[in-house]
Amino acid sequence: MYTASQTISHKGGFGQTLKEWIFTIDHKRIGILYLIGSLAAFAVAGLMAVLIRIELGSIGPTITNPQTYNTWLYFHGAAMILAFQIPALTGFLANYLVPLMIGAKDMAFPRLNALSLWLFWAGIIVALLTFVIPDSPDIMWTGYPPYSLRSGGNTAFYVFTVHLMGFSSIVGGINLITTIIYMRAPGMTWGKLNIFVWSTLGAFILQLVFIPVLAAAVTMLLLDKYIGTHFFDPSAGGDVLLYQNLFWFYSHPAVYVILLPTIGIMFEIIATFAKNRVFNYKMVVYGGIGGVVLLSGEVWIHHLFTSGMPDWIRLGMMVSTLMISVPVGLLMIGLIGTLYRGAIQYTTPMLYAVGFIFLFLIGGLTGIPNAMTAIDLYIHDTHFIVGHFHYVMAVSGTFAIFGSVFYLFPKMTGKMYNETLGKIGFVITFIGVNVTFFTMMVVGIKGMPRRYFDYQQFPQLEGLQYMVTVGAFIIGLGALITLITWIHGLAAGKKAVDNPWSSHSVEWMTSTPPPPGNFHPIPRLSEDWHPYGYGS
Amino acid sequence: MIRKFINGIGLFFLMLAASSPSYAFKEGRGPGEIPDIPGGWQHLFNEMLIDITVIGIIFAAITIYFLIRYRRRHPGQEGRPPKLTVAAAVGWALIPAFIFMADDLYLAAEGWTLYNDYRTVPENAYEVKLEGAMWSWNFTYPEGVETVNELRVPAGTPIVVRMTSRDVVHSFFLPDFKVKEDLMPGRVTYLWFYPKEPGEHLITCAEYCGVIHSSMRGTIIAMPKDEFNKWIEAEKKASAEGGA
Repeated sequence: MYTASQTISHKGGFGQTLKEWIFTIDHKRIGILYLIGSLAAFAVAGLMAVLIRIELGSIGPTITNPQTYNTWLYFHGAAMILAFQIPALTGFLANYLVPLMIGAKDMAFPRLNALSLWLFWAGIIVALLTFVIPDSPDIMWTGYPPYSLRSGGNTAFYVFTVHLMGFSSIVGGINLITTIIYMRAPGMTWGKLNIFVWSTLGAFILQLVFIPVLAAAVTMLLLDKYIGTHFFDPSAGGDVLLYQNLFWFYSHPAVYVILLPTIGIMFEIIATFAKNRVFNYKMVVYGGIGGVVLLSGEVWIHHLFTSGMPDWIRLGMMVSTLMISVPVGLLMIGLIGTLYRGAIQYTTPMLYAVGFIFLFLIGGLTGIPNAMTAIDLYIHDTHFIVGHFHYVMAVSGTFAIFGSVFYLFPKMTGKMYNETLGKIGFVITFIGVNVTFFTMMVVGIKGMPRRYFDYQQFPQLEGLQYMVTVGAFIIGLGALITLITWIHGLAAGKKAVDNPWSSHSVEWMTSTPPPPGNFHPIPRLSEDWHPYGYGS
Repeated sequence: MIRKFINGIGLFFLMLAASSPSYAFKEGRGPGEIPDIPGGWQHLFNEMLIDITVIGIIFAAITIYFLIRYRRRHPGQEGRPPKLTVAAAVGWALIPAFIFMADDLYLAAEGWTLYNDYRTVPENAYEVKLEGAMWSWNFTYPEGVETVNELRVPAGTPIVVRMTSRDVVHSFFLPDFKVKEDLMPGRVTYLWFYPKEPGEHLITCAEYCGVIHSSMRGTIIAMPKDEFNKWIEAEKKASAEGGA
């Protein structure tokens, strides 16, 4: 078999090193390149968020005009989801961790892995190019027709970003699923897989099943706009709701593509730092992860609760959406139960995991009002939903990414980050997200619709909006400190040992940073080994 | 200890279901009586707020307790995880699952009832046609009168709005009446609301529709019935003269 260790020497001058990184087929380097790309998207889209908040800080035009503001909103949404969260969680984390966790030398298809990385970078470039072109898209990340067909913005850039990212995910998904099925180390049975591996498996099954639907939807958009077909044009027999249905048929499961690896890595961090066995492993895997995968495709109509869908399907999907609380509740019981009788050590990654539990509680429970069709007729498309999904998806996912970068920092770089700096960054970010997104939900309950440039009809909300803006600056500060912590750790961190967290999981059995080929030799796992076999 | 908590949650919902004079089990309305939608919304929302706050506090309290109680005392210490028997493992999966499901179905039942009120147009409602456009609300009254961005209605009469769009998707959002519905080209949707008293209410667009989406607003003016009748007669005459 062709493996990374035979092709990459990991030695030589700067030019040689650069070439090795660019043409790498080593899953660890590919993972890190995914991380760099997605963090770049996060930085730009985060800057957009701050600009958006400055604009909304006061009534009337503050720093820009509506057209530019709408392109910021578009970029913030599209880049954060398509270029930051999904690639960071399924690209970086899954790529870096899964082969190490299952004790494999590399992915099953290292060259396909490089292809998915290149497609991702092409997607990042196309996404960032929207700042250069004069007609940058203003169609929001949902791209609903007929507006996206009539808009002067360049819908094609949106479509191609989705195509490239989607293709990258499909290639990565095939690769990851094959790797998990066929490349596990001897002794690594299905019952001993890390929760993160299970959750990645679930996430990639969702990607493989649902991405083609999104690709079809945006391709029809492209054809409608530039070739002259009429899929979404009612005057020629098309239907505008067709797009909304297809779009959310993928994009709701996409939320679980983000959620599953998020929860998965939180299980790893909490089990490691509580030095405890995962509570009720089988319940978490079959009830929690399996339940989410099974239910994820049956709830998308809750995005169309006010779109004139027939009443019977709105009520049906209200029930199925509420039912999502069952598997997600089991996952929460698993997470909190893992703390029970543990020996909790409060490092920076553990703080992110603990913060995640609280944020995810708020985010998950505020999903229930959205799921109720009758309640949703009022709060649909208001700031309430914006606050809710930032809690449950955006911030939770970002905490998972930040936490896992801290968690894996010694393994990736061979150096330790500064704990104090890391904790300061966490505390500031945690305060910031609560100030921002909780206030945002309050604003929404008072009736403020989303995607507004101005809100002269709601003068009473200016004070609260100002507070949201202050929160956004606090988050920005926290993220900046976190970034500084990483750079400081890279430049001046102390040398890390192979297993700084004393974890029992396989990824910590190799040297730090892992050599090409990961394990020499491949670990043979004994009968009584378990990734969470603490306290025995 | 935890089990007691969990049992507590179940008991709480049972009591909630049994004792509260909830919206779902309210006595039937008399014929012609118009349901109070904003009131029903507020009632259900408050009930749900209590529900999710209680669940949230229970989970958060247990988490905080664990975080303090089980912190590491000395380096190298490992957890002492409890051994779960098969029965306990299954119980820990099924019992919470059924509690969550019971709560979901309870809420779903309440939401279902309110939703039916939302979507059942009362008899003898006054029907207005609405066409959304970038960026205006164009109303047509049964008398043939047309207005833009201003919907005058008789107070004390339920109003049903049948809507479509000329160009892109808009959403007819009435914050005071706690209701919205999208307008789409090629489809007709509806919503109804009930202005009890004379007064002014905001109309604002809730589905992104382009550059000045946030300025796409209008006003509902609920007038006393006789004033409204006078107004519509005058408008009818004016438009007839204008047409001739």
